[in-house]
Amino acid sequence: MSKFNDEQLKEFSRLVARYPADKQKSALLPVLHLAQDSFGGWLSAETMDYVAELLQISPIEVYEVATFYSMYNLKPIGKYLFEVCQTGPCMVSGCDDIIEYIGTKLGIKPGETTTDGMFTLKTVECLGACGYAPMMQMGKHYREHLTKEKVDAIIDECRNNAAVNN
Amino acid sequence: MGVKLLLDKAHVPGIRFFETYRKEGGYQAVEKALKQMDPAAIVEEVKKSGVRGRGGAGFPAGMKWSFIAKPEGVPRHLVCNADESEPGTFKDRYLMEFLPHLLIEGLIISSFALGSNDTYIYIRGEYAWIVDILEQAIDEAKAAGFLGKNILGTGFDCEIYVQRGAGAYICGEETALIESLEGKRGNPRIKPPFPAIEGLWKRPTVVNNVETLAAVVPIINMGGDEYAKIGVGRSTGTKLISACGNINKPGVYEIEMTLSVEEFLYSDEYCGGIANGKRLKACIPGGSSVPILPANLLLKTAKGETRLMNYESLSDGGFASGSMMGSGGFIVLDEDQCIVKNTYTLARFYRHESCGQCSPCREGTGWMEKILKNIDTGKGKMSDIDLLWDIQRKIEGNTICPLGDAAAWPVAAAIRHFRDEFEWHVTHPEEAQKRNYGLAHYADPIHVPA
Repeated sequence: MSKFNDEQLKEFSRLVARYPADKQKSALLPVLHLAQDSFGGWLSAETMDYVAELLQISPIEVYEVATFYSMYNLKPIGKYLFEVCQTGPCMVSGCDDIIEYIGTKLGIKPGETTTDGMFTLKTVECLGACGYAPMMQMGKHYREHLTKEKVDAIIDECRNNAAVNN
Repeated sequence: MGVKLLLDKAHVPGIRFFETYRKEGGYQAVEKALKQMDPAAIVEEVKKSGVRGRGGAGFPAGMKWSFIAKPEGVPRHLVCNADESEPGTFKDRYLMEFLPHLLIEGLIISSFALGSNDTYIYIRGEYAWIVDILEQAIDEAKAAGFLGKNILGTGFDCEIYVQRGAGAYICGEETALIESLEGKRGNPRIKPPFPAIEGLWKRPTVVNNVETLAAVVPIINMGGDEYAKIGVGRSTGTKLISACGNINKPGVYEIEMTLSVEEFLYSDEYCGGIANGKRLKACIPGGSSVPILPANLLLKTAKGETRLMNYESLSDGGFASGSMMGSGGFIVLDEDQCIVKNTYTLARFYRHESCGQCSPCREGTGWMEKILKNIDTGKGKMSDIDLLWDIQRKIEGNTICPLGDAAAWPVAAAIRHFRDEFEWHVTHPEEAQKRNYGLAHYADPIHVPA
């Protein structure tokens, strides 16, 4: 089972230190982000148990939080996660066409991952980029004013990065 | 060109960094507040300013501050609500991204006024890169002696921490936010007790929106009375509006609340008119939760008066013919947009975001989504429209938190003002699929720029 390395443990300590001594459960959301980023982009049951152990809370307290918030992935995802906003303001700005285009290009439907494990496509609700629609979240950043050409470039960029890093 | 109190320096190169921000007059309000004023005097200035909560509810911030309990020996907390998630709203993001020190400065003064030594910024999880920007600003302020122990030699200690959420609209509701900050699901609490009495870790807590806390800086600099002279009536100061949808210039604008909706929408200084030479069909003027207005009721009230971009004027006529200022998320729909589809995406949003605690919201939002999807895809019945109306009425007012109302209002307003479009979807299922509305009456009124 994966455990935090020294650097990740240091970040864990930094997060926990923000709260009163007996309130370390407050660090649960940030620690789950850290765990997800550290262990392949998703939270396995083992990872959640490990977080419970670190924070000295019961595993159920972690499960109930991990299942409530949409940013925690409870199953493996592709190397690149495209989260395309589909709420009203993006819809009136043409997000449906972008979602369809990405899906067709990658041969997957929202919620699915390409067979090579490279891309996962997800539709999400409002990300607060309504003036720069259509848009998607990719990792830590937003990709905005999406067009088909931009989507092509992003997919190429991901494939190139993956090739370089392998 | 209206007066700008928040974004006046937004375009100064390097304003994101302490050195430039300070050179441009930043942190003078902290010096004034901490050295020349006591906490009660600061609360008094904020009260005098009349500034109302900029997150959506519009509750007077000074009054909220005055409710905070001060039991002996119990720490108090200020929490900054940066969970901006209301569809159409992206103003706090702009403020934090480009003027992080303005928020930090407002937080230091507000923490001093409320007696908070540990202050938290709860930011929506998706704004991940902004966490880095804020943490850098905090480090810079600390290095300059504006945060940490014994700030400016006054004996006041203050730390600010940034906590990331993880994707939940409901955490913008203040008690859900507190639950989340405690490491739990974002289920709103039953009130009372209000957070001012029993909030974070059962301690007295004030939760304020990013823009509200940033506004404390100009309020201290100019004084509450001067701030209150800007604007009109109970809409004092300036307001950030995030404009989006089918307009030429989407973006974040700081306005004086004497501005007319027409000028905001059509002048080149702001939205620059409807994109692609189309006509205006409808607008949701204050974030997705507030009632949608057809073009004629947006620009003028039912009484025929010019509608202004402020709390009172936008709500003039109540829900029958008015809307709300809300969070300032201004969503514009042109003549090609489908009200049924738009309402469906919003209903889907609220179903997705309902925390599931209260049955009217948990079940009702799902029913509304399914019925709207049916109507949108040409499978609706005429009786579905009345059913939708009935469901939204049974959600409104029957839930612990306002998410129920927020889910009900867009559906109610869409049916109230565009019932014929819903009916048309039922009677013309195939044409509706082609998004061929054939609705001549929406061409009227046509906006003729003055």
